[in-house]
Amino acid sequence: MRHGRLPLILCFLLPPLAIYGIFVLSPYLQAFQISTTDWLGYSAQADQVGLANFRTLLHDGYVWNALKNNAILLVVVPVVTIALGLFFASMLTMGGRKGRAGVTGVRGTAVYRLVYFFPQVLSVVIIALLWKEIYSPTSGLLNGALRAVGLASPPAWLGDPRFAFWCVLAVMVWSNVGFYVVLFGAAMQAIPRDIYEAVLLDGASRATMLRKITIPLLWDTIQVAWIYLAIAALDGFILVQLMTNGGPNFSSDVIGLRMYDTSFGSENKFGYASAIGVAMFFLTLSVAVLALRTARRDRIEYS
Amino acid sequence: MNRREILRRSAAAGLLATPAAGLLSGCATSGGDDKGDAGAYQGTKSEQNPLGVKEDAPLEVVIFNGGFGEDYAKAHEAMYQENHPKAEIKHSATQEISKTLQPRFVDGSPPDVVNNSGAGQIDFNGLVSQNALADLGELLAAPSLDVPGKTVKDTLLPGTVEVGSYDGRFLVLNYTYTVYGIWHSTKLFADRGWTYAKTWDEHIALCRQIKAAGIAPWTYAGLHPRYMSWPLISTAIKLGGPSVALAIDNLEPNAWKSDAMKTAADAWHQIVKDKFILDGSPGLDHKQSQTAWCQGKAAFISCGSWLESEQKDVTPAGFNMTVAPTPSLGSGDKLPFEAIRGTAGEPFMVPAKAKNVAGGLEYFRTMLSRKGAQDFTKKVASLPVVAGATDGVELPFGLATVVKALDASGSNGFNWVYNNYYRKLERNLVDAACGEFFSGRTSPSEFLDQCQKGADSIASDNSVKKYKRAA
Repeated sequence: MRHGRLPLILCFLLPPLAIYGIFVLSPYLQAFQISTTDWLGYSAQADQVGLANFRTLLHDGYVWNALKNNAILLVVVPVVTIALGLFFASMLTMGGRKGRAGVTGVRGTAVYRLVYFFPQVLSVVIIALLWKEIYSPTSGLLNGALRAVGLASPPAWLGDPRFAFWCVLAVMVWSNVGFYVVLFGAAMQAIPRDIYEAVLLDGASRATMLRKITIPLLWDTIQVAWIYLAIAALDGFILVQLMTNGGPNFSSDVIGLRMYDTSFGSENKFGYASAIGVAMFFLTLSVAVLALRTARRDRIEYS
Repeated sequence: MNRREILRRSAAAGLLATPAAGLLSGCATSGGDDKGDAGAYQGTKSEQNPLGVKEDAPLEVVIFNGGFGEDYAKAHEAMYQENHPKAEIKHSATQEISKTLQPRFVDGSPPDVVNNSGAGQIDFNGLVSQNALADLGELLAAPSLDVPGKTVKDTLLPGTVEVGSYDGRFLVLNYTYTVYGIWHSTKLFADRGWTYAKTWDEHIALCRQIKAAGIAPWTYAGLHPRYMSWPLISTAIKLGGPSVALAIDNLEPNAWKSDAMKTAADAWHQIVKDKFILDGSPGLDHKQSQTAWCQGKAAFISCGSWLESEQKDVTPAGFNMTVAPTPSLGSGDKLPFEAIRGTAGEPFMVPAKAKNVAGGLEYFRTMLSRKGAQDFTKKVASLPVVAGATDGVELPFGLATVVKALDASGSNGFNWVYNNYYRKLERNLVDAACGEFFSGRTSPSEFLDQCQKGADSIASDNSVKKYKRAA
């Protein structure tokens, strides 16, 4: 038995590990090395500059401005997305009218579930272009609606530094909520009905039920959602690049776009861009570790 | 380990897929040592073969698949093939020049001809400072392919060599001649009885009239507001002379805050103050604003001469788009009203490490032949940098006005190149400053301060190679 397993394990494990090593780990390591050079990307020549790129990074106002936006995303996107996801999911699984027997969702649950999931089916690029048109100040859907209700000069949305960043943030939430509705909904299905029926008999309100029963029992899933969303918030690159390219006046810039712009955009400082990438790597890592640590709670087993 | 634990662990593993940190080095790979095959194909030079093309050497051409498409290039390749029947030509077209070709530059095996253009263009400053481009000097001295008795240089429009030269070496062939000005529809103007104003005061009066008629006088690409820096800088150059541009290009201290720039910024501030700009313009991209203009929602727009082909699909019949120079500020202007910004654009280059450098130069000679240039004009309705390329070709309305404006401008034409030297300065920094200024959030002096701050940040950045031009 035993001697037959080893070749099998090697067969199945080595190729994926090798692929992972070549295409994921080695570029990472190389990024660390490149970040200590002044490589400009179009020749093989690169001089070692030690930590100079990181020193520049510390004093780069544009990088700090982008980081500030990522910090806002990091706080707002997970909170709003999880809150909306939880709300919709609980409405769909237990929002049904009181008085009926048992715990059911609102009428038309299946339709809602499908509709919420739509954005998840679209590619991010399509979502970005779609919303860019919706936000268009002259011919967009949004301003069309605002004019229809009598607003004379609605804002220029993506062209206004007061709104541009929040417009992108709203799209980020919009495109994510559907997935978490499904995720939380599935987790809620797993919670035994009798628990709900018991607290309903005890006279608990819907809000208490959500706060005292659902959220504690879903905590693991929420934690997972939190980590995924935090990583997404540290990125945000595709939406921002396609919708505003960081503008107006860098008001919607994010760190991923800084890195892209420094290497492929307006400059080709690959060494410096790698330093930004390395900084991103450590930021993402610490955010995830923090999220895992602070969200740790005792798990409840039903069975 | 139960299901939840697996979920949690997989989230932690998701970290290893963190966005893009390792992505950049994906481009680096192994290209450590330079392969010594640059210019591997070299034939013998003769009268028929002045550039020394090896007759059976393959040629690889990469075209930017943008507004001009790729058909014109296929025609040029066919002409090359005619003269070099044994050569095998490999053609490809992409919109992402830098992402597609970067690994090949590192690897030391770039294509022989690259049309480095579009939003994914490779920054020339970096290419030049890394000696990645072949010197095109030999091409200039070679005889023209089909104009007897003239060298290739003799057939080029003025300014072509200057704009492609870095520290005196001609490295980049800009193939089209582009005119930057203010565009309007002569049909709209004729219908309403308006005439294009030659002075700034008259321009403001006309804007007032247009606004009263219920049309917005101006619109612009709010998401790419650098388009508006062009008429503003042009106004300043016409007031203060070409030295205004020279100072900006050479990153001289306070070049952006010269008296001429101050006067020009004050003048242009008028169209912001008096709300002569179409509502919502700051949120439009170039296509959206140009389309609003084509629909008659605005009277003026600032653009280059690619506008006509870019808007081909949405321009109503009989719209008659016309380019005009920026209005003069007054009688004190150093340049006449007719002076307009014209420059060679649409860059082509031969990488220094290309295998068939001679073939690349010969391909350029084919493009710059009278036959190649006229074919280009017919196919894409744009001007190549070859003199006489439009002879006997029927031009579309807008392009005809471009030719007329160029003729009228003559030797008073002007240009600047800081956008070629320091891509980031125009694309990022001046762009952001224009966005703030033309949406009314900054004053003229704050606008110039922001531009100057951008120029200073480039000037003090040791990792950016600096260029100077003489005049």
